[in-house]
Formats: sequence, structure tokens, C-alpha cells
Amino acid sequence: MNKNLELFLTFMKIGAFTFGGGYAMIPLIQREVCDNKHWLNEDDILEVVAIAESTPGPVAINAATFVGSRTAGTLGAVCATLGVVLPSFLIISVISFVLKAFQESKAVQYAFMGIRAGVLALILKAVYTMFMATKKHAVSYVIMAAALVLTAFLKIDTVFVIIGCAIFGLIWSLIFRKEQSDDMD
Amino acid sequence: MIWIELFLTFLKIGAFTFGGGYAMLPLIQSEVERHGWLTQAEVVDFIAVSESTPGPLAINMATFVGIRTGGVLGAVCATLGVVLPSFVIILIVAKFYEKFRKSRAVDGVMYGLRPAVIGLIGAAFLSVGMTVFFPNGLQTTVFSGAGFWLSLAIFVIGAVLAFKKLHPIAIIGISAVIGIVAGYGFGL
Repeated sequence: MNKNLELFLTFMKIGAFTFGGGYAMIPLIQREVCDNKHWLNEDDILEVVAIAESTPGPVAINAATFVGSRTAGTLGAVCATLGVVLPSFLIISVISFVLKAFQESKAVQYAFMGIRAGVLALILKAVYTMFMATKKHAVSYVIMAAALVLTAFLKIDTVFVIIGCAIFGLIWSLIFRKEQSDDMD
Repeated sequence: MIWIELFLTFLKIGAFTFGGGYAMLPLIQSEVERHGWLTQAEVVDFIAVSESTPGPLAINMATFVGIRTGGVLGAVCATLGVVLPSFVIILIVAKFYEKFRKSRAVDGVMYGLRPAVIGLIGAAFLSVGMTVFFPNGLQTTVFSGAGFWLSLAIFVIGAVLAFKKLHPIAIIGISAVIGIVAGYGFGL
């Protein structure tokens, strides 16, 4: 089979079967791309994760573009990215019409009243998980607190907060951090 | 021109969010609300829809907002916008990735961004919390309403289940069922 078509179909399958997106996709990408297709090896997948984390955009898109480009160049990247996006696009298009049709229903309104509180719990869990996974030291606590206060209470535009923290991290690292490690600062 | 506006807004979202999933939430939330495309409650509802359907949150959100505001073409523009920055940047990085991974500049930027993302999601948690518990703004009268206590109960149950590593879809399902049963039960 043509490699580009194969990339498209493989990533379409990945896009259609991962819920929650992002890091939930990594194990599936690993199985398809390493174990089944042998396009990349295990080390490459770790690199995909590292690169996806340190570049902007959704992890799924980053991973699809990277794997596609490594496997079959730019056209491969286009095919893989298109494949991973397509299932979401089609499913959400259908759902948006279904939601519109049922949004006046009392049962749906009650359901979403409950769901909103449930989603709040999911966000709390996400913050906790990320907090536990990050390297904690004085500087990271200060940045965390600053980002929270600036966004939540001072209503500063999120984009400015992101740019500000990036510049601060860069300058701080160049001046005060000797090695490329987050262990001790 | 709604299509160009959708494209540019989601281009900005794609270019300025790091990490997947909920890391994208703060920027999506602020941009979509500022344009008046969705209310805060609709954003929260849609997070639940997105968790229960396949695919990344950012793509799902782009498609949903696009189709709501600009039809199918709007969905195409928004989705293209959110994908494009990642796509272009990764194509470049894939060529120079040895350099990229060893770059002190990239390392420094990430040193600032990683904790920032946690703070931003914390801010999203607070603003979603306001929507859930104080839908009509901060006022003490909510404490006498059944809606507040019901939401609090579902939040606590949801949090316990989430920390017990129950799947998000199951938590959303349970929350929906409690909402429906209590809604009809209390005649809210």
C-alpha cells in the first residue's frame, strides 16, 4: 500500500479511538507506529512526546505531524495530520446538530447541570496530576502562583501571561541555571 | 468576516498553548468568551462532550465553535487555524530536532512554561467553579438553593472517583444521571 495512504488510515484510526486526546493517544501511537508498522522505534516515541511537550499546539497534531514527516516527508505529515483530525471533525459536526436539537429538553438541561460539576472535578484532577508530575522548586512555585493570580484575579490576557512566563524562564535559565537540568535550582 | 475571525482566533489558540488536553482550556475559554461565541456554561458543557467523544479537545472545540458560528465552512476554518501552527513548527523541528532538543533557549522557555500551564489550569478551575456554583454571580442566596448543594455533592463525588482513577467518561455519565434524577426529584 502507498505509504501516505497508510499514514492517513493509521492516524485516522488513532484519531477515532482515543478519548480525551493528548497524552491518551501516545500508547495507541506507540502500538500502531512501532509495533505494527515499524515506522519508528521506542526511543523515537519518547522523542515525539518530548517534542510535543515543548512545541505549541495539541499533542495529537504534533505527534501526527512528526511521525508523518519522519516516515514519508512533508506529504506524509499532511496525510497523518489530516487523518488524526478527520474523525473528530466529522463526529463533532454531527454532535453539534444533535445537541442543538435537544438543548431545550428538560432532561438534557438537568444532565448538563450535573455534568458541569463533574467536569469541575476532572479539571481538579488534571491540575493535581500535572502539579505532582512537575519539578517543584521556589521558582516554579512563583511562576505557578503568578500565572494563576494574573489570569484569574487580574484578568490579564492568557497570551501575555504565556509570553511573559516564557521570557522569564528563558532569562532566569540563562543567568542562574548552569546545567540543562531541573533537578536543583 | 466570521470565517477569517475564526481562522485567526484558533490560529492564536494553536500557537500559544503548550501541552495537550486541559492545558489548552484557559486560552480557548478566554478567546471563545471574548468573541461571544459560547457562554462560560456552554464551554464547560462542551468540555464534557469533548471528553466523551474521540479526538483532541482543541480540535473538537475548534470544530464545534466553528460550526456553531460559521457553519461547516466555519468549522473548516477554525480547525485549520488550530492545526496550522503545530504543523508548521513540527515540520521545522523534525528537520533540526537534535539541535532543538539540546537548545538552551528551548530548555529555558520550557522552564518558565511548564509551571505557568499549571497556574493557568488552576485559573480555569476557579472560573469553571464560579460558573458551576455561582451561575448568577457571587451572592449568598445561592446557599439556600438546591442547585448549589446538588452541584457541590456531584463535585465531591466526581473528585473522589477521579482520584480513584475512574475513567472520565464514567464520571461524566454518573454526573449526568445524578443531575437528571435530582433535577426531576427536586423539581428544580
